Amino acid sequence: MTPETALPLTIVIPLVGALLVALTGRAPNLRETMTLVTGVALLIIVSTLVPPVLSGAVPEIVLVSTLPGLPIALSAEPLGLLFALVAAPLWIVTSIYAIGYMRGHQEHNQTRFFAAFAVAIASTMGVAFADNMFTLFLFYEALTVSTYPLVTHAGTDKARRGGRVYFGILISTSILFQLLALAWTYSVTGTLDFAAGGIFAESVPDWLIGVLYALFVFGIGKAALMPFHRWLPAAMVAPTPVSALLHAVAVVKAGVFTVLKVTIYLFGLDTVTNAGANDWLLYVAAATILLASFVAMTKDNLKARLAYSTVSQLGYIVLGALLATELGVLGGSMHIATHAFGKITLFFAAGAIMVAAHKTEVSQLDGLGRAMPITFAAFTIGALSIVGLPPFAGLWSKWYLALATIEADRLLLLGVLLLSSLLNVAYLLAIPVRGFFLNSGEDQAELQEAPRACLLAMGVTAAGCVILFFYPDFLYRLAMMVAG
Amino acid sequence: MEQLPALLIVVPLLGAPLAAMLPSGRLPWLLATAVSWVGLALAVLLLARVLDTGTISYAVGGWLPPWGIELRIDLLNAFIALIVAGIGAVVTPFAGPSATAEIPSRNISLFYCLFLLIYTGLLGITVTDDIFNMFVFLEISSLASYALIALGRDRRALTAAYQYLIMGTIGATFFLIGVGLAYSLTGTLNIIDLAARLPAVADTRTAHTAFAFLVAGVGLKLALFPVHLWLPNAYTYAPSVVSAFIAATATKVAVYVLLRVLFTVFGTEYSFDYIPLTPILIVLSVVGIFATSLSALTQIDAKRLLAYSSVAQIGYMVVGLAFGTAAGLTAAITHIFNHALMKGALFLALGAVAYRVGSTRIRDIEGLGRAMPWTMSAFALGGLSLIGVPLTAGFISKWYLILAALEQGWWWLAVVVLATSLIAVMYVWKIVEAAWFRALPAHHANVTEAPLSLLVPVWVLAAANIWFGIDTRWSAAIAAQAANVLLGGAP
Repeated sequence: MTPETALPLTIVIPLVGALLVALTGRAPNLRETMTLVTGVALLIIVSTLVPPVLSGAVPEIVLVSTLPGLPIALSAEPLGLLFALVAAPLWIVTSIYAIGYMRGHQEHNQTRFFAAFAVAIASTMGVAFADNMFTLFLFYEALTVSTYPLVTHAGTDKARRGGRVYFGILISTSILFQLLALAWTYSVTGTLDFAAGGIFAESVPDWLIGVLYALFVFGIGKAALMPFHRWLPAAMVAPTPVSALLHAVAVVKAGVFTVLKVTIYLFGLDTVTNAGANDWLLYVAAATILLASFVAMTKDNLKARLAYSTVSQLGYIVLGALLATELGVLGGSMHIATHAFGKITLFFAAGAIMVAAHKTEVSQLDGLGRAMPITFAAFTIGALSIVGLPPFAGLWSKWYLALATIEADRLLLLGVLLLSSLLNVAYLLAIPVRGFFLNSGEDQAELQEAPRACLLAMGVTAAGCVILFFYPDFLYRLAMMVAG
Repeated sequence: MEQLPALLIVVPLLGAPLAAMLPSGRLPWLLATAVSWVGLALAVLLLARVLDTGTISYAVGGWLPPWGIELRIDLLNAFIALIVAGIGAVVTPFAGPSATAEIPSRNISLFYCLFLLIYTGLLGITVTDDIFNMFVFLEISSLASYALIALGRDRRALTAAYQYLIMGTIGATFFLIGVGLAYSLTGTLNIIDLAARLPAVADTRTAHTAFAFLVAGVGLKLALFPVHLWLPNAYTYAPSVVSAFIAATATKVAVYVLLRVLFTVFGTEYSFDYIPLTPILIVLSVVGIFATSLSALTQIDAKRLLAYSSVAQIGYMVVGLAFGTAAGLTAAITHIFNHALMKGALFLALGAVAYRVGSTRIRDIEGLGRAMPWTMSAFALGGLSLIGVPLTAGFISKWYLILAALEQGWWWLAVVVLATSLIAVMYVWKIVEAAWFRALPAHHANVTEAPLSLLVPVWVLAAANIWFGIDTRWSAAIAAQAANVLLGGAP
């Protein structure tokens, strides 16, 4: 199969999967098989893109042309491939987890859930492989819409309220800022194609570059830069597998991925720094990192704490992009992958605690580690990786991000990164500490480990955190190709 | 083939009295359907011919212009005629079951007679090159609309029709006064001839007055804010088919008349440089877009909600033409086409709802997403297009409009367009949420999907919204050429 045919297949396969899930809704076992088969097929297809991309080729294909200069086109470049390679395998793992979780929790409307999930993955692949900003915008919006039924899955008033915040912020920012930036860019440059070094001519004034760049950075609401981050905590009303894959990996990473794409291929690193478009935005990102960490410390609800931790970690990647240096891009790109593995492990563990022990608050977790040792061990590994300690993957991306701040001579930002890591220790590691070392005084004989499917998924992603520490070469190579 | 322009008027004009004479039943409907399909074929042939050979001039009765009445078809009016005929050809089949359910059977023949008269009038306005003739056709279609709206089954239809009658007549009178003044200055009624003679007398007060009366008159007809108040009632209480047809075509044809008056009769320079029409129209439209979008948000009847949204959409068209640039005109003309598709689909879908449920109040739409999935999915598609989601027709016109605003350096206007799109998200969402996220009330438990004869027209238009969101060769590309023609460039 040529890479050109593989590209559209990355979107078609999950869509067909969604259809198959919908058709086999009456037979749950068959339906879940469909999800898993689709996941494996998707992973295989994405993998076929690895050799050509590593060899430096950029396979591309135009699907349809709508308006002049605005084709719907796909291409595989290193950053998109990196994103897809994170999302595709984690989808399989999450599906295994979701099967255990949804059955263990006796959730309703499971067919709609798995079908919408597959559509969301198709949209994610579209974001990853978009060849121009118009195509990316299209799939970005499709991702918002397809995740809405997942966020409001519970169907309660609370879920609907959360869904409204989720949908409201993401749609408003994308239409008011991002689409405006899109149209404005097109009206200035006549194209929205991603190109090495950006598409802006040198004659475009600095203030316009600054305005457009800010419109993009805030308009990409999925990157959860403050003050447009509220949708992410609101989305936590979703079932935990959704929070795990979509709100730790696919949706939020689609956001920061888009910020990176825009910085590298729409503006170009030099254009951004020369125009000084990133100066004040860097401080917004730094503030997001710190404030979100502080808020996370005050949250007793486990998922809310993880959500704010995600907001903070997304800030790292945005910071890397905003530095607009090779090291910054390198660190940001790697953090997409390393944070994904760490955070999904944490969410898996949080969901497992919810299913097995019906606990949702941090303060309820005292002593639970002894009843659920595997879950809490996985949580510890994920947390350590996010803090950035060896021997876990999170170290590498934080390492390069820190180097990037030093290289850019922005020591204040370096301080922010280090302080935030300390805060991470405080609010993430506190959880397993409570679980293992405190005693609730309650009788825990009734409690047992999470369903096996959940444990398996957690084990895989926790292992991923370790493996990526010892074998980061592949990730590093891809990220280096992005940085140039 | 030479007779094409005349046939476009003659065929429906003969069909109308014929329909009135047929006995009530299926016959008048079959006749109207046949006429509308012939009309569509004629409009397609006409557009093909114009694309092939350029502007066509047809002297009615062999009397040469400027003395006789001339029918003059350039790319713009061929395009508009195609929109009218196309919507007519989709809507008329829908009328079969829908009108039978909503109109007393003794009035059915009359209904189709009036329907064909509107159709005739609208096509007549588009093809004629005689400004008095234009007034006559405007009145044919308006008078027929008043009567058709009064046929609605709600008693409030009568007041709505009366209100429309008063406002519409004021508009028509203003237009006629304008025509009279222009005639007194130039001694001609032929539009091309007027355009040639007006510049010599452009500085006179009579010319200014004529301009003001013409623009104000057409403004009333196209429901320009703040003289739009007749429209929501008229659209709400008219029979479903009539709402769909006039919402998709009548105001669009009025926009076409405005285009002709501004760009052809008086010319771009006079309308926009000499008379400061741009700020007037932009301020009115922007305020109107906001006000009516917000009104739409508070409606409890889906048809009324769409009616308010229509006024807002007309605002977008007027903003586009108010730039007086090629980009703005392209946006306006594209939106005429796309808006016909989206409002046609939406009103027809509500017609199908009314057919099954007997009401279009949002409360009565609750839970219909499951009971009438095909109808409501078509509605949702139309709604997406109304919002302007990419890959739907609505996106194309909004995109052009935003580009046109940015080209002028008016980024705030682009923000207005986007912000009001957000309001559209909210009001479309109100209906979508009612349909899919609310339970079906017990008294609607036996509601089933609309019959195929209604679904097919609804879906033809819904699918067209997607098709023309991707393939813009027959919408935006032709609109761009038509804009060029209007600005006096080569096609």
